[in-house]
Amino acid sequence: MSKYYLFQDSKKCIGCHSCEIQCKTNKALPVGPKPCQIIHVGPKMIGGLPRASYVFMPCFHCENPWCVAACPTGAMQQRAKDGIVFVDHNLCVGCKTCVSACPWGAPQWNPETGKVVKCDYCMDRIDAGLKPACVTVCTTHCLHFGKVEEMTQMRRERHARSVAALEEVNPS
Amino acid sequence: MEKEVYSLCFMCSIRCPIKVLVKDGQVKWIEGNPHVAGMEGSLCPRGAAGISLLYDDQRVQSPMIRVGERGEGKWRKASWEEALDLVGSKLKEIIDEHGGHSVVLGERTQLATHASKTFLKAIKSPNHFTHDALCKGSVNTACRSLFGYTDGQMGMQYNKAKHIVLYGRNIFEAVSVKEVNNVMQALENGAKLTYIDPRVTVTATKAHRYWMIRPGTDLALNYALIHVILKERLYDAEYVDRWVAGISELQDFVSSYTPEWAEKETGIGADEIVTLAREMSKDKPSVIFHFGYRGANNTNEIYLRRSIMILNSLMGSVEAPGGFFFKKGPGEEGGKPARKLTEQKFPKISVPRFDKVGTPDFPLPDPNHGVGQMLPFAILSEDPYPLKALIAYRFDPLGSIADTNQTKKALDKLDLIVAIDINYSDIAWYADVILPESTYLERTDCVQQANGLKPQMFLRRQAVEPRYDTRDGAMILKQIAERIGTGNFFPYENMDELVRWQLEGTGFSMEDFEAKGFVAYGKKQIFMDRRDGLKFKTPSGKIEFKSSLLEDAGFESFPVYEPVTAPSGGKFRLVVGRNALHTHVSTQNNPYLNEICSENELWINTEKAAELGINNGDPVAISSPVGSGEIKAKVTDLIHPEAVFMLHGFGHEAKKASRSYNKGVSDSVLQENVYDKIGGSPAYHETIVTVKAA
Repeated sequence: MSKYYLFQDSKKCIGCHSCEIQCKTNKALPVGPKPCQIIHVGPKMIGGLPRASYVFMPCFHCENPWCVAACPTGAMQQRAKDGIVFVDHNLCVGCKTCVSACPWGAPQWNPETGKVVKCDYCMDRIDAGLKPACVTVCTTHCLHFGKVEEMTQMRRERHARSVAALEEVNPS
Repeated sequence: MEKEVYSLCFMCSIRCPIKVLVKDGQVKWIEGNPHVAGMEGSLCPRGAAGISLLYDDQRVQSPMIRVGERGEGKWRKASWEEALDLVGSKLKEIIDEHGGHSVVLGERTQLATHASKTFLKAIKSPNHFTHDALCKGSVNTACRSLFGYTDGQMGMQYNKAKHIVLYGRNIFEAVSVKEVNNVMQALENGAKLTYIDPRVTVTATKAHRYWMIRPGTDLALNYALIHVILKERLYDAEYVDRWVAGISELQDFVSSYTPEWAEKETGIGADEIVTLAREMSKDKPSVIFHFGYRGANNTNEIYLRRSIMILNSLMGSVEAPGGFFFKKGPGEEGGKPARKLTEQKFPKISVPRFDKVGTPDFPLPDPNHGVGQMLPFAILSEDPYPLKALIAYRFDPLGSIADTNQTKKALDKLDLIVAIDINYSDIAWYADVILPESTYLERTDCVQQANGLKPQMFLRRQAVEPRYDTRDGAMILKQIAERIGTGNFFPYENMDELVRWQLEGTGFSMEDFEAKGFVAYGKKQIFMDRRDGLKFKTPSGKIEFKSSLLEDAGFESFPVYEPVTAPSGGKFRLVVGRNALHTHVSTQNNPYLNEICSENELWINTEKAAELGINNGDPVAISSPVGSGEIKAKVTDLIHPEAVFMLHGFGHEAKKASRSYNKGVSDSVLQENVYDKIGGSPAYHETIVTVKAA
């Protein structure tokens, strides 16, 4: 069952790409595949101010992952204990069916190995009690990793803080 | 076997504290030092690409000796013995014939800078300069003119600030991790951010107020802000009465610089200027008008930087929580700093510096850094004397000093160019001998004296053995010194010995750094007493709006504002800057960084582009009075119509750095070598370029 969620606090993200590079460094990947990626959208003027989105795109580790269903060799798997979707590189034959199946472009092509590589939430790190690579080094700590319910709580609390009108009234 | 090493990053000059995980002699992982507030694991993208640098097979792998013409790219590999002997014998000939002062060494300020300075002092050369002057010489001079401290001796307590004003200080793209997180914390706490820049940056997208100012007119804006603040008495009167010299002179001076006047010059509404002045006053003294990191745009740079610092002073935000503070050294805690090799006794130097800093010709720039952009002029004119040899220590005059073509002409006159570098930089490519330095992960470095609200020391520790035939910079200089008879000034056999020598008398040992990567002299933040205890190092002991430093040297404290003329007819003011992925000219060939950002583009305003028939993505021809190039256009509404913008540091010429070779255009090829003749900074934004569809 899918247990984890990776929450990007977009208010704090500066679109710097640290996550993307640390991910590649950790997996020792060549130029090309990006298991996670920051996509800049904008900037454009909104209400007189320039605004942009820096959208973080990892794998979403679906509860019902189409890539796993599509994979003909059983290389693409969902880990029973926590629902992490990962590729067993020994079984991957490079057929790219998962690339076709995923609506979000999560499975990436590694031209050096001729196989697919994807975000696995750095499950070796998770198993060692650590956070995924991207979350650990995120410049502003805008990436948070945890159980889904903890992450939704974080978002609610942050939104509540931002709309609460508890500022001091300034007489001038 | 696994080990963890606390060290310091060196993908840029910030030197963020890091933790390095090594397994079987290989670096497996780097993260920000978790024990350091503001780091807590964080790395910027360049820091995250450190391993990519370590294992890059396109960096310089062994000493190289040029066999073709300069810049032709014909090399042969050499042993260290041969390369060092060659450099030693050539230098010796030059010193014997022309004197030690004919040798110049330029570098990026670094932890072993005291070794570089020692190298020159030992041969009686005053000609050490750092990259700093090219970045912020005028900020330094402005700071000394007001407070008696250099900018490097001042910090900003962002996390307690209530309003931060940034003049093109693109804090969320030109990333210093701790700074980013402290500003982010301020924003989380409800602080306001005002961002002023002719171009929309990532920082602009996070700001509460963005002003697309006419390029080059920030000083007019500030004079109007000061006008409003004085007229409406919005300043911290008690603080100003106690600590400021020259308030009435300032008041007279700004009386004609009204917000309405500034609106015409800057394009920012008069009412908006008044509003900002009032807002800042409400939040004083916990406000920061940021005096900039790079401050090298215009020929009157020192006066812009002074005006920013004057605004802070009026708000009482100098040595205030949430404002500026003076960095405290170990002495404040009764401790001693690490020793430096420059403490030794050297032979007397009787000639002026090559850049004439400290002489009546150029009295005010900081001689600790010199003025690098004078190098081509000094070589070409042989004034004050002929220069014969350049040691470029991880500093690239071709990419950093404006007007590359002129710089090349000057370099061609030299008898010897030695590059100490990690990469095939353009200056390495143009050198006679390349002495390759080990990366920061492969070497121990000198102690970092980290002054601040809490004085500390940090250490860069070797994590792995050098992957290629490279050496530590401070060892390379020592080994050259041994060949020219000055080895006695380098009393160490390896970097550990040097560090231990530095730590003698501090009460700390090298082992003390092992637990957390740093040592602290005390535990509390130190602020001076704002009522009576502020120690300004000016002659008056006050903040000198009317500056004795300037006026004693024959310069005005408040010169009349000179309007900025708008370029027209396909001409634009060239402005440059950074993004989060690259450091100056040094990272463009890094595999991971290059993958995301491999070339620069020319930002041009949509309407102007339409007039010139330029579409987004088109190649355009760009030319200035000194150089030209072809670059892709990025057509956007988000840049002022008078400006075009490009990222600094592209258009490399070194072919062995194949990923960055010939990608984009080098801003320094286009820029004219003009500068602030008082403060010392280059004026990188004074060049007017012509843009045409290619």
